[in-house]
Amino acid sequence: MTTGTPVKSVGVELQESSDDARMVIEAIQRDNADVVVSYLPGLVKVQSPGELVIRRETVEELLGRPWETHEFQLVIVSYYGHIGEWDDDQIVIKWDH
Amino acid sequence: MSKKLSMQQRYAALTRDLDWTPDYVDPAKVFPLTSFEGIKVHDWSAWSDPFRLTVDTYHKYQAEKDKRLYAVIDGFAQGQGHLSLSDAQYLNAMKLFIQGVTPLEYAAHRHFAQLARHFDGPGPRFAALCQSIDELRHTQTEVHTLSQYNKYYGGMHSNWKMFDRVWYLSVPKSYFEDAMSAGPFESLIAISFSFEYLLTNLLFVPFMSGASFNGDLPSMTFGFSAQSDESRHMTLGLEAIKFLLEQDEANVPIIQAWIDKWFWRGYRLVALIAQMIDYMLPKKVMSWKESFELYFEEQMLNGLFKDLEFYGIRPPMHVQQAIEEKEILSHQVAWTLYQFSFAAGFNTTVPDEEHQAWLREQYPDTFDKLFAPQWAKAKKIQEEGGRFFFQGLPQLCQVCQVPMLFTEVGDPETICQRQVVYEDERYDFCSDGCQWVFEREPEKYVQAWLPVHQIYQGVCGGPSVPEVLAWYGLQEGDSGEYIGSLDHKDWLAWHATAPVGS
Repeated sequence: MTTGTPVKSVGVELQESSDDARMVIEAIQRDNADVVVSYLPGLVKVQSPGELVIRRETVEELLGRPWETHEFQLVIVSYYGHIGEWDDDQIVIKWDH
Repeated sequence: MSKKLSMQQRYAALTRDLDWTPDYVDPAKVFPLTSFEGIKVHDWSAWSDPFRLTVDTYHKYQAEKDKRLYAVIDGFAQGQGHLSLSDAQYLNAMKLFIQGVTPLEYAAHRHFAQLARHFDGPGPRFAALCQSIDELRHTQTEVHTLSQYNKYYGGMHSNWKMFDRVWYLSVPKSYFEDAMSAGPFESLIAISFSFEYLLTNLLFVPFMSGASFNGDLPSMTFGFSAQSDESRHMTLGLEAIKFLLEQDEANVPIIQAWIDKWFWRGYRLVALIAQMIDYMLPKKVMSWKESFELYFEEQMLNGLFKDLEFYGIRPPMHVQQAIEEKEILSHQVAWTLYQFSFAAGFNTTVPDEEHQAWLREQYPDTFDKLFAPQWAKAKKIQEEGGRFFFQGLPQLCQVCQVPMLFTEVGDPETICQRQVVYEDERYDFCSDGCQWVFEREPEKYVQAWLPVHQIYQGVCGGPSVPEVLAWYGLQEGDSGEYIGSLDHKDWLAWHATAPVGS
């Protein structure tokens, strides 16, 4: 168990399914330093210290097509942290305090 | 002006512009349930929903999720998918699921429909409405998915009747009824926060990852499809608690007491899941202990509760006992179900050598010392042609309704029993946590429908075991030992190497 980390981590769990999901994971890795990606059957766990950002532009570039941030709902399984922001351009997960 | 409204503008148009303040009817009469619990709300418009769903986006994405699921179910039915499972024993987990979890989805559908009517603010009303529809979708997709197995295997045919009648299913049923009979704010904290945010990952993620690993593609798909809604539900729980804590300082102690109560209630409920993870999956994903450490200790105690400290909220009372129990919980529950499975809607058996080796590895401090000897004894009885079943009915905890199987903290060989006399009547509890819950509201819990008491009162089909089982809706093959059961025999026959049509 990894207790006592100085910065509280946040994370999302995504379906290990389509190309879309893979590209979203790649986009998260590109836009967040120090993410840790781990695998369970059927699912991918992405953890990040402090904050995790999913940017529409990065996902679109990787997918080669338009992508609305609402589409994130099709790949998300779970998360921990607080969804601080979810607008047309990005989703930000972080703790408030 | 831009061509298209942004997400924020569309959401504001739906949840704010379409709302109005009643002026010829007293608002307290329109929303009569949101004052008696003592919660103070000064500004409902401060509620924010980061998902910013509108009617069109909600339906668009939900339809897409359903399309994906039904494509999987079709492929499964056409490809004889049920034969690709790791083992037929795996389905005991799904029997427990359709008996005990699917009816909770339906209860949640009703619960959130009620909240969608009764909150004063349009933001939480719309979030509750979406969740109410989600929960109905979960009920339907779970029934559709598991009906693929119901064609071939036992235990899944009468789940609604069983949910209302069978002893171990009163654990989830009474949990939800406790929440639904509370006020709207308490029930929101109970279900959205304590269940959805704190504990649901412990239920769904290992369940669905287990489905994936054991060749059960449709359950995995409905699980992840449901769980993607669940992340919205978790958000509702977290937004709810932050909103209420920020509205008035006087709300803090009320909410703390609800967190204390509902953490413990929820934790006792997931005891059934603990044994499922460790004992019912032929191919293991992670142990209960590991899952508890990751999803609860790391993410909730070291993440969420550090965040909530800001508001003066501390970790749930009795959480230390849950942490202490992580080494023993699943084994104690599995052993109890083994002894009482003659009256259950699933089959149990002694874990085989390989399974026990895994349990030993996961629980080096407790398995060999406390639990392997019990299984060895049971195995010996089976080898001699017998089968150990407990003769009689268990005493149930008045609050969580789990049989009194839990042990004293620090002493895993002494059963914990607590008693309270209330109005000349004695009540029994499995733990300090359940006793504490009772003492806060004894007038509520004295009304509990305890399955064992009901059997003794003669209202469950009759005085004998076969009469009670018939009243439960159980049929031949649904219960008892797995080895030699109908499911086991069918599984062996279907996997025998016989040519097609022979």
